[in-house]
Amino acid sequence: MTTYKLNITKEHCPMTFVKTKIQLSKMAKDDILEVLVTEGEPLENIPKSSTEQGFKLLGIEHVQDNIYKIRIKK
Amino acid sequence: MIEFTEEQIERYSRNLLLADVGIEGQARLLNGKALIVGVGGLGAPAAYYLTAAGVGTIGIVDSDEVDRSNLQRQIIHFTSDIGRLKVSSAEEKLKSLNPDVKVIPYQTRLTSENIMEIIADYDFIIDGTDNFPAKFLINDACVLTGKAFSHGGILRFSGQTMTHVPGSSCYRCIFEAPPPQNAIPTCSQAGILGGVAGMLGTIQATECLKYLIGKGDLLTNRLLQFNALTMEFRTVRIKKNKQCIICGESPTITELQDYEPPICDLKHN
Repeated sequence: MTTYKLNITKEHCPMTFVKTKIQLSKMAKDDILEVLVTEGEPLENIPKSSTEQGFKLLGIEHVQDNIYKIRIKK
Repeated sequence: MIEFTEEQIERYSRNLLLADVGIEGQARLLNGKALIVGVGGLGAPAAYYLTAAGVGTIGIVDSDEVDRSNLQRQIIHFTSDIGRLKVSSAEEKLKSLNPDVKVIPYQTRLTSENIMEIIADYDFIIDGTDNFPAKFLINDACVLTGKAFSHGGILRFSGQTMTHVPGSSCYRCIFEAPPPQNAIPTCSQAGILGGVAGMLGTIQATECLKYLIGKGDLLTNRLLQFNALTMEFRTVRIKKNKQCIICGESPTITELQDYEPPICDLKHN
């Protein structure tokens, strides 16, 4: 089980989830992805879209200012 | 795992977002090969959507030149293309739309002599022709070689389409042979609303995309018919016909044949 990191704080919808999905597709089952997102659209949609497409949301934590870390298990 | 460029990720983002397409489906599209027979009312929208979606290789077959009367529905050809070969006009638009796609033009009319060689390399064939001899020829060639194809027909405000894959019912399971000459008017005699051609060609393109990504239920063993004037759609279940003369239990057609092309005294096309 490996943990990967992805920073999509510079991306905009829908590239935020597109990039997340591409990273997840490269990973093995049970691997974990830590995605750095800004609050607003990505913070709302990445967890929702990820669970809709069959990934498991492990948690969301505040990093600093408007940056959050979303942990997703494949 | 295929590596997409940043440009591809952006271009195909709406496909990549779909759970049923995603990275794997997009890779299948980019590796897919579709042949569009006729770049007219049906083939034009079909070619646009397949190209836009990133189907990697698209063959286009047409022997005609662009005529002013085509422009009302054959949306891949522009006024400035009048007199040009349809395959050249279409190739230019498709390459401009998506440089990822390899477009292979065949400036010819399909016959029993050349169809096997032309379809051999393709995964899926779209019948966008305007005459019965070509429709039966495409059906027969695809059934005999085990190719998937989409049949399409339009007239006035109506359209019909079905998809064949190896083992499913074929066009001859429903229609054994072409109707007598002039029993059914052609579009050039009866007229066709441009949007109706667009609707049907778009359904055919969608079937091709579904086939290539391997998701969903194709229009196999079903004939979809619609009337755009009432905007009513119906799907007729079709059973594989055991007596079908090409795919039944004792087929009498074992090699290709050419039916007489339609005789039309109107200005060509």
